[in-house]
Amino acid sequence: MANSVIYAMYDDDQTLIKAAKDLVAKGVRVKDCYSPFPIHGIDPIIGIKRTRLGIVSFMFGLGGLSLALLGTWYFMIHDWPMNIGGKPNFAYHFNVPSFVPILFEFTVFCAAHGMAFTYLIRNRTLPGMPAVNPDPRTTDDKFVLEIDSQENYSMSAEDLMEAVKGTEVFELNHKQY
Amino acid sequence: MFKEAAIRQPLILGQKSYGDITSDVINPIENKAPKGWYIAITISSIIALWGIGCILYLIGTGIGVWGLNKTVGWAWDITNFVWWVGIGHAGTLISAVLLLFRQRWRMAINRSAEAMTIFAVMMAALFPGIHMGRIWLAYFVFPLPNQFGSLWVNFNSPLLWDVFAISTYFTVSLVFWYIGLIPDFATIRDRMKTPMAKKIYGFLSFGWSGKAKHWTRFEEVSLVLAGIATPLVFSVHSIVSMDFATSVIPGWHTTIFPPYFVSGAVFSGFAMVQTLMLIMRKTMKLENYVTIKHIEYMNIVIIVTGSIVGVAYITELFMSWYSGVEYESYAFINRFSGPYAWAYWAMMTCNVISPQLFWFKKLRTSLGFTFFMSIIVNIGMWFERFVIIVTSLHRDYVPSSWTWFHPTFVDIGVFIGTIGIFFTLFLLFARFFPVLALNELKSILKVSGEEYKSKH
Repeated sequence: MANSVIYAMYDDDQTLIKAAKDLVAKGVRVKDCYSPFPIHGIDPIIGIKRTRLGIVSFMFGLGGLSLALLGTWYFMIHDWPMNIGGKPNFAYHFNVPSFVPILFEFTVFCAAHGMAFTYLIRNRTLPGMPAVNPDPRTTDDKFVLEIDSQENYSMSAEDLMEAVKGTEVFELNHKQY
Repeated sequence: MFKEAAIRQPLILGQKSYGDITSDVINPIENKAPKGWYIAITISSIIALWGIGCILYLIGTGIGVWGLNKTVGWAWDITNFVWWVGIGHAGTLISAVLLLFRQRWRMAINRSAEAMTIFAVMMAALFPGIHMGRIWLAYFVFPLPNQFGSLWVNFNSPLLWDVFAISTYFTVSLVFWYIGLIPDFATIRDRMKTPMAKKIYGFLSFGWSGKAKHWTRFEEVSLVLAGIATPLVFSVHSIVSMDFATSVIPGWHTTIFPPYFVSGAVFSGFAMVQTLMLIMRKTMKLENYVTIKHIEYMNIVIIVTGSIVGVAYITELFMSWYSGVEYESYAFINRFSGPYAWAYWAMMTCNVISPQLFWFKKLRTSLGFTFFMSIIVNIGMWFERFVIIVTSLHRDYVPSSWTWFHPTFVDIGVFIGTIGIFFTLFLLFARFFPVLALNELKSILKVSGEEYKSKH
């Protein structure tokens, strides 16, 4: 059987959630969902795992903090110790309170940018990337469920279509590859 | 689905569908700009050009063209810097702090408030840059290896903290704003008819397609960025205040400065948001999204922060007397009764007395009065910085060097010019960018929309 993809379009987020639940109950695997805004509660239904971007941000923040600690130690204590107002930079622990603002700012800087760039790269949303949403209306007010026949090899194409038609679908598209 | 308490007023008025939200926000981008927009951008770019001319003259000649003298070594430049940074505080406060507190009314105003923040911080960053005199050596504020046997910047100095704070604040705000814009650019991309517009918005939208996993990540990124931007907002103006607070000038070295500056910043930032939103909602017909309730909420923030600022002013006066330090008390007596007393009382009237009128519901829900007050507050906040800086400096320890500060045409030109540049950038934003956060508004339509609320 040739590979085919069914795009079931809905005109409401709640209808889509209901349809996704029905389909999953019937054993259909939903590949993806396209929507103009985040639909809360769709992820567990179609089996999307929680993102680990929060951890990424923490790691970048930790990296930023370490780098800032190393940098301030190197610039102010090791490489060129200065005597400012009779308060020389003898040791890092004496001097560190006045580095706190910069340690904090640099941590935030790395955490925020590291996370943002990881997010863009993981999403493959980068300058010049082509859009892959099946219908231009999915960024306006329509919601689409994407069902790949290859992921549903245990069901025949007819059964699959029947199952999708059973939901309150607004428009149905079937693409052969 | 989550239901909002009936007592909460709807945030989206009228019978709106998801499609209506898209059309209402994007139509102004698709259609020809109204005549008023052309008039406004012409005026603001002429002012901006005048400002740029003054800046070029300043850089070409040196900062001696400013009215600074031996006694008053810091005046309008730093006043304008702090004023603009302060204005830049509302945007990230709205998008980060209010996101953490799950305030749904932020959705209608966050996009333009963030744009305002970015433009305001750009204007702020200009002042330390041109104040260097030799702006082409501006890279010396960063710890870069150099040919002077690696002469590093001083990490003990609040001025360097400021460099890190402002640049972090600017870039983080920019990233936060742009990540929110990507899905909305995708909406515009999919609606545009002309190939050129499609291409440009397609490029700006980074190929966003609205997949479920992408939205999950989007929400996580927004939340975490909000979480780390919240302490950032408070740190930035605290650090700006430390430029003064860590010095030994009477009138400057007070420990109250960080919280006092932060609340002042939020105060003036919200006032600027009011100024811009009131014009925008009228000209772009967004009355159904930026409702009277939104305006009222912002006015409430203005009363709260205005009152904190008032308490800070009075605490400062009390402490100058209670400390028993003669120089300190003189600095404050000179503020309210010296030659610059008019500036002090202008500040007191604009920032402490007049916002209290917002306790009357009639006044805080009146659009005309709010607009008037938003301008008054920003005039008052400019005077606050002027009072702190110039009044504390102009009478120093030696009476023979007591003097006045007279701004020259360059001082005035640069200041007015930044206002022109700011409005030019904001007008371009309002013309070509989605001014409301489409995806966020759609996600609250069923919770806070008037039509949906009346159904249950």
